[in-house]
Amino acid sequence: MKDLHEFLVSPAETARRHGPHDRIVMSSRVRLARNLKDAAFPGWAKKPERVKILETIRPAVESLPEMKDAFSEAMDNLGALDKQILVERHLISREHAAKSSGSGLVLNREETFCVMINEEDHLRMQALRPGLQLKQAWNAIDHLDSELEKKLDYAFDGDLGYLTACPTNLGTGIRVSAMLHLPGLVLGEQINPIIQSVNKLGLAVRGLYGEGTEALGNVFQVSNQMTLGENEPAIVERLEKVLSQIIEHEENARQTLLEKKTKVVFNHIGRAYGILANAHSISSKETMNLLSLMRLGVDMGLFPGAERSLVDELFLVTQPAHLQKKLSDKLSAEERDLIRADMVRERLKNVSRPVVKPPASSAN
Amino acid sequence: MTQIVGDKMQKLDLCEDCAKTKGVNDPSGFALADIMLGLGAAQEVEQAVGTDLKCPRCGFSQADFKKSGRLGCPECYKTFAEGLGGLLKTMHKGTRHTGKAPEALRVSRENSDRLKTLQKKLNKAIESENFEEAAQLRDELKKINERPATPTNLTR
Repeated sequence: MKDLHEFLVSPAETARRHGPHDRIVMSSRVRLARNLKDAAFPGWAKKPERVKILETIRPAVESLPEMKDAFSEAMDNLGALDKQILVERHLISREHAAKSSGSGLVLNREETFCVMINEEDHLRMQALRPGLQLKQAWNAIDHLDSELEKKLDYAFDGDLGYLTACPTNLGTGIRVSAMLHLPGLVLGEQINPIIQSVNKLGLAVRGLYGEGTEALGNVFQVSNQMTLGENEPAIVERLEKVLSQIIEHEENARQTLLEKKTKVVFNHIGRAYGILANAHSISSKETMNLLSLMRLGVDMGLFPGAERSLVDELFLVTQPAHLQKKLSDKLSAEERDLIRADMVRERLKNVSRPVVKPPASSAN
Repeated sequence: MTQIVGDKMQKLDLCEDCAKTKGVNDPSGFALADIMLGLGAAQEVEQAVGTDLKCPRCGFSQADFKKSGRLGCPECYKTFAEGLGGLLKTMHKGTRHTGKAPEALRVSRENSDRLKTLQKKLNKAIESENFEEAAQLRDELKKINERPATPTNLTR
């Protein structure tokens, strides 16, 4: 059994992954839902059937060339902490983290493909990319799926397409999503109308960890809802169009804030820095929300010399499971708040407080 | 719910009832069920589960569907086809899949389409007593029929 912690790249390294528009688009993801013919869906199958399904699917996934040297494990072999780390890395869903026997996970070496076995569907395969790369992610997962269909008998209907446990995923079984950092729209109080109009276009806006979670750190997930009646490239393209508009609105909101509400923005960012650099106890939620403001400050050029990757790394390592993993003793939430504050103070030691005027060429 | 008012972020934990009595109503909040199913979908679910049907393949019942919003097995889509039709209409852009299909199925679908056109042509040729063309078409049909129906990559 491979050790998950040794397998995953370090938070510092993940924070240095770059992609197009990664100022605003933190990552892109395309996932496909697939099921085996003649087997009950995971939510209805009894444990022996789920185990059998896992034993059919797991070797098939492992045998793909993309999965050479992959991390492959049954969920009951992973501890609660490891599962939570995978959630914090956005590699598996919270639902999948709650699974144990009869469910599994195959993650490739580069962490660009992650296949969940017996989540809500028999197969939930995802392609992950940094920045805005929806087409690339779709092409990658399309290819993986085509290879896998040679080894597995999918449940497919000529009229309804790929059959899924929940009718909301029926047809293409595709969910195309991007994780966006939108502090400008939140501070400019424009986020609600934007969410409303995005919803009207048939797209969903969710929080940091997907369904039913809040937008911690001003991070939002935008994804398609409808999966039937439209083909995959059309769905990808529609989302891409909407994202490019959101990006534009966010950039405009930041510009407007800088020009018209300079004091308000500088106040937010200065206070965020003040607390992060000086606190002795801080919750992960507060940390995320303040780091979001600091990230905005970096983007605006208020922290000359500081890299966005430092903020992104802190965003990850200050989350509960990542923090706990570094320590040998099991800590309470209060104890973690102390250690978290120590860590953030230490990491911000060499970051000077924000400048009062952004350099002229700060915009990009 | 989290509210951002001016430069303050306020967090309130409210149950649905309190939210109503306090008049808190955020139309843009992530009312997931509504967003996912589209407004009025709840009614469709009701209709979809009106009678007491059970899937012969997996034993899943309409009541189970009502409870979980998920189906029991792929066969359930046939069992509950009638009730699902309306639900799918409110949920999706269309009710017919137009996207990717497994290669094996695509190939056999293309083949059957080709067979159909050839057969039509052949019938026409015979009708118009164009026997030379008919013979050619017959040979072509024969060739396709002799090929294995499933592509080789499907053998496992």
